[in-house]
Amino acid sequence: MKLTVWTYEGPPHVGAMRIATAMKDLHYVLHAPQGDTYADLLFTMIERRDHRPPVTYTTFQARDLGSDTAELFKDAAQDAYARFKPAAMIVGASCTAELIQDDPGGLAAALGLPCPVLPLELPSYMKKENWGAAHTFYQLVRGLNNAHAPAPGEDKVERKPGPPRCNILGATALGFRHRDDVKEITALLNRMGIEVSVAAPLGATVADVARLHEADFNVVLYPEIADEAARWLERTFKQPRTTVIPIGVGATRDFIAEVADIAGVDPAKALNDRDLRLPWWSKSVDSNYLTGKRVFVFGDATHAVAAARVAVEEMGFKLVGLGAYNREFAREVRAAAEKYGVEPLITDDYLEVEAAIEAANPELVLGSQMERHIAKRLGIGCSVISAPVHVEDFPARYAPQMGAEGANVLFDTWVHPLVMGLEEHLLGMFREDFEFSDEAGPSHLGGHRPAPQPRPQAAPQPAHAEAEPALAGAEPSQPAAAGDPVWSDDAMAELKKIPFFVRGKARRNTENYAAQNGAQTITVDTLYDAKAHFGR
Amino acid sequence: MTAALAPSETEAGCTETEVLRERGQREVFCGLTGIVWLHRKIQDAFFLIVGSRTCAHLMQSAAGVMIFAEPRFATAIIEERDLAGMADANEELDRVAAQVLARRPDIKTLFLVGSCPSEVIKLDLSRAAARLNQQHENVRVLNYSGSGIETTFTEGEDTCLEALVPELPAAPETETSLLVVGALADVVEDQFVRLFDQLGIGPVRFLPARRSEELPAIGAGTRYLLAQPFLGRTGAALDGRGAKRISAPFPLGAKGSEAWLKAAADVWGVDEALFETVIAAPRARAQRAMERYKDTLSGKRIFFFPDSQLEIPLARVLHEELGMQLTEVGTPYLHRGHLDCELPRLPSTVRLSEGQHVDRQLDRCRDIRPDLTVCGLGLANPLEAEGLSTKWAIELVFTPLQGFEQAGDLAELFARPLMRRDILRVG
Repeated sequence: MKLTVWTYEGPPHVGAMRIATAMKDLHYVLHAPQGDTYADLLFTMIERRDHRPPVTYTTFQARDLGSDTAELFKDAAQDAYARFKPAAMIVGASCTAELIQDDPGGLAAALGLPCPVLPLELPSYMKKENWGAAHTFYQLVRGLNNAHAPAPGEDKVERKPGPPRCNILGATALGFRHRDDVKEITALLNRMGIEVSVAAPLGATVADVARLHEADFNVVLYPEIADEAARWLERTFKQPRTTVIPIGVGATRDFIAEVADIAGVDPAKALNDRDLRLPWWSKSVDSNYLTGKRVFVFGDATHAVAAARVAVEEMGFKLVGLGAYNREFAREVRAAAEKYGVEPLITDDYLEVEAAIEAANPELVLGSQMERHIAKRLGIGCSVISAPVHVEDFPARYAPQMGAEGANVLFDTWVHPLVMGLEEHLLGMFREDFEFSDEAGPSHLGGHRPAPQPRPQAAPQPAHAEAEPALAGAEPSQPAAAGDPVWSDDAMAELKKIPFFVRGKARRNTENYAAQNGAQTITVDTLYDAKAHFGR
Repeated sequence: MTAALAPSETEAGCTETEVLRERGQREVFCGLTGIVWLHRKIQDAFFLIVGSRTCAHLMQSAAGVMIFAEPRFATAIIEERDLAGMADANEELDRVAAQVLARRPDIKTLFLVGSCPSEVIKLDLSRAAARLNQQHENVRVLNYSGSGIETTFTEGEDTCLEALVPELPAAPETETSLLVVGALADVVEDQFVRLFDQLGIGPVRFLPARRSEELPAIGAGTRYLLAQPFLGRTGAALDGRGAKRISAPFPLGAKGSEAWLKAAADVWGVDEALFETVIAAPRARAQRAMERYKDTLSGKRIFFFPDSQLEIPLARVLHEELGMQLTEVGTPYLHRGHLDCELPRLPSTVRLSEGQHVDRQLDRCRDIRPDLTVCGLGLANPLEAEGLSTKWAIELVFTPLQGFEQAGDLAELFARPLMRRDILRVG
């Protein structure tokens, strides 16, 4: 058993729902108890979908157990076909139904429904949402294309004449900015003279998925979802697949080069994009204040690795942490972490991520909605770069993460939570202004940044301890252990003159410096010695 | 029977009306969702769900937004090794419970909450609770089921409170006291305390109490008033402890609140004139506050999908005090005993349905095309897209609606979607 406060991913059948809901005429019959229908609201509320997800739940109750749950499943599957007339069905079990072992696949096959029925085996107690989505998509792609596979030894099916043709794979329902990414990348590919044959699963019909094999190659936008399917297509139909994720300026250029190479087209036109503004916005002199901003990145592996590159190479930030919650793609994260000289954090334990962010003391967090909550509690600015998503991650406006416009969006949204350049200087100079102080938060955000909130004490504390503020390391929150340097009153007062957003770092640097130099008491001089030693 | 309780004004009511009983896909939450409000209500309790990743995901999604402070609930997620027998599930549960209690030494009551998977694998949480009670001295460990195979949404509060009943201390034989049962918003509770005090009714206690050490005493002299309509099992457990239910409508709307208080006042033999003096002003305020929305709501047709079991009392208010026309009123479970003062007040033309077959119910709703549809979050936007105005049922559970001072808020919740529809000019 694992103690869990919040989860990064839902169960694997929610991943399967993301595929079914993304598509137009696929129906999912899910053997599940009452209550599992909660998952519908993810789509109708968070994503504001105007249709119910195409899912039928068998809704068994305690009194059905051991008597007729299998019958219940068969009735539900038959009714679902009769009512919705889908072009294909997927059938499977949620976590509870997995335990009662009714074999939905076998039961559905016995019904002989007049449409393809694909059974899903999604082990709920081992796997999670992304895996469930990837596996479902793979099963669909294989199930609907396998009949066209060339016999062993035979060459690829003959291609129809015309311009180079690709599929865009991986966008799902409830994905982080998938809607806009697909639009942006479709336009980019079209500018390169490449036709997009099918984008799937988002917006695709069953018939569309069944003709994926007709394209020349596959563009994999979200490896978490499409990697397994794209590899199968590559093996079976000799369709090359892209490996670069076009998030940020550099990665988009690399992506264009990769696609041009696969498709045999000229990349020049796509590389020269007048709408790409990030480079100048970042080089312009007003952006100087972004230099060396400490940023912590956490999310799904694909978005986290991409964000790390943009943060370091295109924004001039300093990366102080990098991690991902999906262990399946840990290798990519480890490689990136090594490149940027940070420790990789591979975990889906929310409390561990919270502790790591607190320890790294960043000025900006780039993460999922989970990290947004952590950052809010710690009083740090945050921009969301990855699922898990919330309703605000489905903006009305066009806001891709990929391609040229995606890069522009990254610049805007990452800079927004930060204190602006001259404001930062003024805050440092005049610490005692009662209206314009660092603790009020960036003034362009209306000073509404939430105050950091204390966490419940982990051990019983005397009553007075609770009254102490828990600002990011501003005040001593516990008595110093024997041997630790002690802050003099003067030095503590001086520390408080350092703006809130860098004070924690200054405190830690000073304490480390004092410890290294064997100082028992931290004086004002120690504080400035440490500043000279470490730099800003 | 007093004037306020008399059913005369509503003909025969629908006491005898046939109820449409449906079975099929249910678009409702399981009982685990009750933790979302119970963990805020009982301030020193922690709810440990013994379940799957689905349970944890539900809690996160049902809460709508995650709570910034650390929540007083968590899930012990059952993993493959627990099922394959590679780990002893009981030992694992003990370890996780100890982890929770070490993190939160302020916790006085730990609820082990059963889920669909824990019940299907027959993990005995009552034995686990007994074992943990011995291991942890200063904590009371209890268990109840919030599973979807046993409970529907608000029934999770019912099973939680039922688990608390055996823990209630015994009241002296001779003491006559009032127990108000069902979680209420703190502000509502305080209003009722003041009213009971002015009426000279007391001592008044509440279940659940805000803190574990304030568990209400109970005995043969305890009379209880239900504040919520979904407490069938808790009621039975209280009856088992010798307490007696005061039959009353639920304290929703001006009339419901009056009748609820009057039922207690009659038991306590409160003087009619005093009763009138005490409630005249708040009742007038409630009527005035509801009046504002009457034009918007009067004559409009409303359809309830089943959700919280609050449907029947709410339908009564909307019909009786706001002039709405009831089409179908669905409820997950219809407890005739506890609704004895509600059903007679509904018009005999209403269609009552119990349980759900969501596709068939959607067909009926589309046929009727009501002016307002009360439904869960999974159905609201799809129905809005079909041109039907909707009210999220969950808001009716998460908003203080009971009592005189909230009667206007109740009306406003139903009026808001209609007023919004009239304001918008977006095509």
